[in-house]
Formats: sequence, structure tokens, C-alpha cells
Amino acid sequence: MKASNTLWKERLAGHLPEELAHEVDVYETELGLRKQGKFDERLIAETRLRRGVYGQRYDNGQRHDGKKVQEFAYPSGRLTKGPHTLWDAPGMQRIKIPAGGLNAAQLETLAELAEEYSDDIAHITTRQDVQLHYVHIDDTPTVMRRLAAAKITTREACGNTVRNVTACPFAGICQDEVFDVTPYARALSRFLLGHPDCQSFGRKFKPSFSGCVQHACGLANMHDLGLVGLTRIEKGEEVRGFAVYVGGGLGTVPYQAKMFDPFLPAEELGPLAQSIARVFARLGEKKNRNRARLKFLVHDLGIDKFKELVWEERKTLPPDTKWADYLNAAFASTEEPLHAAGDAPSSASEDFQKWFKTNVRPQRQEGYSTITVTLPLGDITAAQLRSLADIVRRFTRETIRTTVEQNFVIRWVSNRHLVEIHEALKAVDLGQPGAGTIVDIVSCPGTDTCKLGISSSRGLAAELRTRLTEQTIAMDAAVQNLHIKISGCFNSCGQHHVADLGFYGVSRKFSGYAVPHFQVVLGGEWDNNAGSYGLPVLAVPSKNIPRVVTRLTERYVSHRHSGESFQSFIKRIGKVEIKTLLEDLTRLPADGTDRSFFSDWGDPREYSLGDLGVGECAGEVVSAIEFDLAAAEREVFEAQLNLEKGNFEQSARTSYLAMVRAARALVKLELQDVSDDPEQVLHEFTTRFYDTQKFFDPFAGGKFAQYYFAAHAAASKPATADSARYQIDEAQLFIDAAHSCYNRFGAVTVA
Amino acid sequence: MEFQHVNVKLFVKNAEKIDLEALVPVFHGWIQNQGHDELLLDIADYNHVPSGPGVVLIGHLGNYSLDEAGGRLGVRYNRKAPLQGNNFDRLAQATQAALAAFQRLEAEPALAGKIQFNGHELEVFINDRLLAPNTEETRATADSDLRTFFSTLFGESDYTVEYAQDPRSLFSIRVKSAQAFDITSLLDNLKSLEPASH
Repeated sequence: MKASNTLWKERLAGHLPEELAHEVDVYETELGLRKQGKFDERLIAETRLRRGVYGQRYDNGQRHDGKKVQEFAYPSGRLTKGPHTLWDAPGMQRIKIPAGGLNAAQLETLAELAEEYSDDIAHITTRQDVQLHYVHIDDTPTVMRRLAAAKITTREACGNTVRNVTACPFAGICQDEVFDVTPYARALSRFLLGHPDCQSFGRKFKPSFSGCVQHACGLANMHDLGLVGLTRIEKGEEVRGFAVYVGGGLGTVPYQAKMFDPFLPAEELGPLAQSIARVFARLGEKKNRNRARLKFLVHDLGIDKFKELVWEERKTLPPDTKWADYLNAAFASTEEPLHAAGDAPSSASEDFQKWFKTNVRPQRQEGYSTITVTLPLGDITAAQLRSLADIVRRFTRETIRTTVEQNFVIRWVSNRHLVEIHEALKAVDLGQPGAGTIVDIVSCPGTDTCKLGISSSRGLAAELRTRLTEQTIAMDAAVQNLHIKISGCFNSCGQHHVADLGFYGVSRKFSGYAVPHFQVVLGGEWDNNAGSYGLPVLAVPSKNIPRVVTRLTERYVSHRHSGESFQSFIKRIGKVEIKTLLEDLTRLPADGTDRSFFSDWGDPREYSLGDLGVGECAGEVVSAIEFDLAAAEREVFEAQLNLEKGNFEQSARTSYLAMVRAARALVKLELQDVSDDPEQVLHEFTTRFYDTQKFFDPFAGGKFAQYYFAAHAAASKPATADSARYQIDEAQLFIDAAHSCYNRFGAVTVA
Repeated sequence: MEFQHVNVKLFVKNAEKIDLEALVPVFHGWIQNQGHDELLLDIADYNHVPSGPGVVLIGHLGNYSLDEAGGRLGVRYNRKAPLQGNNFDRLAQATQAALAAFQRLEAEPALAGKIQFNGHELEVFINDRLLAPNTEETRATADSDLRTFFSTLFGESDYTVEYAQDPRSLFSIRVKSAQAFDITSLLDNLKSLEPASH
């Protein structure tokens, strides 16, 4: 698309690392072949995905504009860059930032790219990556070359590969850490990048490092490979190692990672990761991508068997010095301060004090602090990136990192410069307080740009941020420190499972119209490396979510015990009370006159107008179906209550029956007289909705039906705490999918 | 020197009275009607980013926005696709697109006349650092083409120019006319030009 694309190739020839240059050349050639019709569309999709080049919402060439579906007539016509993905449709470029570490020149490069190829915004993700949106695929080779010139690669930023290796952004400066995990994270990132043993996964593989057990920064429990730094004394010497966790992950149904090894010597980390990769590549699911993450393999094999296989694999590894080489190289690069240590100001403006309280973290190195640069919804402009480059050059030796809370941290700031750096940040609108507080809301892109988005997570995040910022002065301190995380769908990119207040997008139908909703997810724990996951409580219309936040936080302030965390408070009062507290917010005004409920935050289009259903016959069917689906949701709620009481068998039974009820509701659309015999329901659902693919989600396919099938198969087997918990999430997702299917079915009926 | 990917930003007056959120439904309406020469695709709302790109109407050939970059509000056109013709043609195309969008916003009932051209000021960017790095050499080379264009745009009116100095920034020039113009007059001044082919 850019006139200068070919010129950049000439300009940068000889200036890129050879391996990266070759990588981009190959990619560019493949794009060319695809344009000539000589490269399969599925192959080009995987090719670009493995280089971080994603599709974006509406890239099938269609968009509902609020009145009708528009077909976009692009110049390249129906040429595709993957199945159902048009060549000219704007896409997203994800850029891997290992351990979140950047330097000033790299910030400037990102600024240039955001300005020239995107919409002037760089977006920080929940995995420390950077994303650029609305990028034309023809520009992506140039984007990659310019990044490579700044020693950044997009390789394996997506696809079934080892994704960005994340790490605690406070590693090396944290008061509580055992040791600095940064060199290990960098070395592992380099070691696994393009590794032959990591090229045949059925799904992605996400590693993460943390320097301590108690904080959230590394989120070890929700990663495929979570590593927590530890030391122990051996023969009188302190030895470094890692507690190794495997098989964690959020996604539709979150799994807590299992302890693989309580102490793995650090020099064994590379070979162990390689061994895990080999086992995952060999035994992990390949055909059914919905069960292809490592968490399913660990769950299915059991952690003991998985460990046995990995250790056996370890014995077979040929000698390889690369891990040690990369580790030595990583240790050769150390961070140092630019300025001498100093004292924090004894008095300063109120504005500064407010910022200092939330955004300044004392380092373990006396006289230095790490400061958090709060980004609204993870967004930063090109001009701000350049200013940030100036600031990190002025105050530090360019020691800046991205965070999983979609911010930056600037490390090694002398305390005597805190006022100055705050002023410098404020001058470019980067000096906002509130880091890590309730206003520092995490959100995935949602319906703004993501193909999978169901509700507007960013729209809701922006609305909550505005409202809560206005209230923070009067807000109770206990509420200020809560975390809100929002996903636009069930896929958890906004990490809603590990928030105090989590939300994920779903849709419901009211009077024949689709209404954007969010499931309210409570009970998650951010600390302790994402120590536990929340469960959905109930679905609330998007426009009522701010009232949900108000009610829950007010109830917490007025009813909590001294020192009681929000998570403990939620557990103590129980889901029944929470549901009672929020139940009226699940309903829309009965007369349907308030049309604001039928559009989403920040998007005035009527939500999914194509789902419009009219007619009395359809209306009667609608009532019956909706009644059944609502009953199914109630049963899932009951299953949660049973789980809380430790009645795992009853919980599993109830969540299974909820699925049967939801399936039966759909079957009744076609067969009014279906019995409530689970076998018949299963048979009718399978033949009428699964085999015909009517139930299939446009992107998830038949995944949610498989939850139902699995629950049916397991109905007579004993339940454990884990299996009962997973089945609750799966039942809720199946019911959400039944709602979606019903919405689609309604549209078909009317047409 | 070839100007491609020309951006033109026309500054508004009374910026403090304008609520960017009001632009979102307006731009959705533009997509619904596709009444532009260019294919319009989507909306990116960055109202939450201070001094950011504001509300952006994403198009295939170019983007339109109510842009807050630099802390000043203006209607911006960002030509993304390359354009044939000469530099004069490309400057004219982007300026006409920005003016036409501005005129449409001025007339938009939902905005109640709040968006008005300040009559004097625009900024031109070349959104391609390789073709137009922000250097003294570029300024010297480009100055003649730019002045020819501005003389056409502003007719007999005097004007002043100010180049951005940060070498990392896009090559850009801010122009201020001595005489106040309305949008229609500026469009009229450009009407006699040969339209650039897309």
C-alpha cells in the first residue's frame, strides 16, 4: 500500500540481522505467490499468523452498519489472505517484546510504524506485546524489516507457536523477588524462537516468568509454562532454580497450572522447556483445536504421567550448548542507573503526591524507584512514544518495559528526579495516577477490532474508567485497589477470570432483538501469580454494568470485615446474595422503550439488527425457549453453590443437567414433543443442531457442543473439584452458545 | 521529491465546545451512506487518549478524523493509498478531501454547527519518512512545490509557514493565512485544478 515499500527493502539491505532478513524475504515472496494464485489460502494464513499478522473484524468484506450488511468492494476483489479473509481488509500486526523490554530507539521505531502504517496508536497487550491495527498486508514486510532493523521480531507472535515470553516487569528491582528472572526469560525466548521442536504444536504455547510466589506480575498459574524463581542451599552454596508449573491457561475454560517440579536448577530450564515442547508436539491434540492447548494434554494424561513422559524425553535430548550460550549472552547485558541515587522529595504538589502514591514503586536498590506510566486502555500515540523515548534517555539508561496490565514501567529513576520525571510525563499526558487501581482497567480489543468480539469491552472499559476516575477521590481505599478486567468474549484475552470484577461479552435476546450483555465473573484472584479463577454469576445488559460495579463495591465497603479482601468477601457472602443484589439489573425495561440497551458502549449502531425477530408465532416460541435457557442458567448457578459447599458430584450432575436443558430448549424449536430423556435430547440435538452445524459458532465451530457431549459421556463417572469446576464453566459457555444459536435461528425464522 | 500519503489537518475554532463522542454516530452515518468518493470501513474511537487521533473514520484509500494530536483539534485527512500525478495534484487531492469532510461536518445537523473552520490554519504532513524525511534538505527541496500550492489555495492572501523541527517527526508544515477563508472559498480556489486520478 505504501509507495515506499520497495525502497525500504533497498534502504535496509545489509542492515538487518541475516536470519531476520531472510525470514522477511521468504514471507514477502509467499505473499507475492498468493497474489498470483500459486499459494494456498490456508498456508498463507498460517504463514502470516506465524509472523504476527492477524485478521481483524470485518475482514470477510462484510460489516453490519446498523441498518444493513454492507459488502465492501475492495480493489483486490475476492483475493484472500486466508479463509474468508480478504486481502485488502485492514489487519493487525502483533509485535513480540520478550519480557516487555524495550529501549529508546525501539520506542521511536514503534512510533514511526504506528504513524505510517496504523492509526497513530500503539496498543500494549495483556502479554506485553505491542499491536498495531488497521495495517494493510502489503505493508507488513516493510513493517517487519523496520522492526528487524531495531532488533525486534514479529516471528511467532501468533499461530501455533511459542508466543511472547513474558516476565515480571519489576524483575531485578523488586523488593520481594528471590532473584532477577530477566536473563532467563530473554534466554528462553531466544532459545525457543524458531526452534525445530516448537514448530508442530496443535495450539499456542505461552511461557511466563515470575520472581516471587506472592505477587501477580508473572501470572505463572495461568500459563502453559509458568516459572517462579527460587533458591536453595546445596553443599553450602546458594543455587538458583525455578518452581515449574505446566498446563495453566485461561481461554474459554480456565485451568490452573499444575506443579511440575518444585525446584528445577536454572541450567536445566532450556532443556526442560524443549522436552515439554517435544511431548506437546508429539502427543498434543492436532485435529480438534478446541482441545489442543497443553492444559488439556496435562489434564488428560494426569500430571504424573505427563512428568514421566517429559523426563523420559529429557534423557533423549542430544547435547546442545545453545541454552548455555544464550543464557551467558543474556547475563552479559545488565541494567545500570544513569544518575546517582537520591532522596525522594520531602514536599511536593498534591498532584505529585497522588501520582507518587500509585505510580511510584521503591526499588530494592536504595535511592531508586520504578515508575508506572499509566496508559488508558493500553493505548499510546506515536508522539507520546517519541516523548517517552526522550524521557527514558534523560532519566535512565533506557530501561523501560511493558506490563501485562497494559502500561509501561520506567526503571532505575533516581529518587531525586521523581518530580522532574512526573512533570516531563505530565507535559505529554502520560502523568496520570491510578496505576494498579480500579481505574487502571484492562481490556482486550473486543468488538472494536477483534473478529471474535461479542460485546464492546473497550467501550465498557472507557465508560467505567471515566466514571470511576470522577469518583476516586471519595472512594474507599479498599475499593481503589480492586482490579477490573474485561474481555469482549469468552476467550479471556482481557483475563477476566483473575480480576476482582471480571466481565466477558455475551448476547441475549429481548423482544426479538439481540442485546449486548456481559457475564459478571467474581471470585478471581490477581495476586499469588493469578492464584484462583472467578466464576460467572449472571449475565447483565452492557448498559447496566456500571451499576453492577457500583452495587458490588458499595456492598463491599459497607459489609466487609476488617481487612477482608474482595475475593474473601465474595466467597463469604456467597453467590445467592450476590445474585439477589444484582438480579434486577439483568432485566430490561419491560416496554423496551429505552433503546440505549440495544446498542453497545461507544457504538451507536443497533446491536446485531440482523437478529431481529417479529411475528406472534415466533414470539411464543421465543418465550418458551428463553424460559428454558434461563432455567438452564439457574441450574449452572446451583452447580456453583454445590461446588462452594464441596458437593462435587451434585455440582457436576447439576451443570450437566443444565446443558441437557439448554440442548432440549433448542431441540424444541424443531421438535416440540421432545422428551426430557437425556439420551433422546442428545440424539436430537446432535442430528438437528450439531451434524447440521446449525449450532456452530462462526469462529469456535462446534466447540461448545463438545462440552455437552463430554459432560454426557462423563455423567456416570465420579467428579473431582477440578472436573466439577471446569464443567460449570463449560455449561455456562454451552448455554451462552445456545443463546447465540437461538438468536440466529430466530433471524432465519423471520426471514 | 515525491509527496505521497499527504495528510491535511484543518483546525477548528472553539475546540473546547466540541464533544468528540458526538462524532461517532456521525461517522457511522457516513459509512451507512458511503457518500464519499472513497470506501469507508470502520471507526476507531480514541477519545480516551489525550492529544491523540480522536475519532478516526477508517477508509480503504484514506482515513478521516477529528484529530487532537498536538493538543489542537482539527479535521484531518490521511491519504493511505499512493496517488498518481505530481506533487501539486497530491496536495490538492488531500486538501480537497479534508475540506469536503470539514464542510460536511459543518453542515451536520447532529453537530449543531459546533464544528467550524478557524478560517486561517492548516497543517500538511507527508506520512512517509523515506520519501520525505524531516530534514533541512527536504524542506529546501519541497518548499517551492508547497508555496505554489498554498498560493493557489489562498489566492492573493499572504500566509506564513512553519516547518516542524524534530527530525524524528513526519515532515510537516503549518500554514496560516492572513485573510480568513471559509471552506467553500478554499474549495473554489482549488476547483480549477486538474483532479488527481486515484
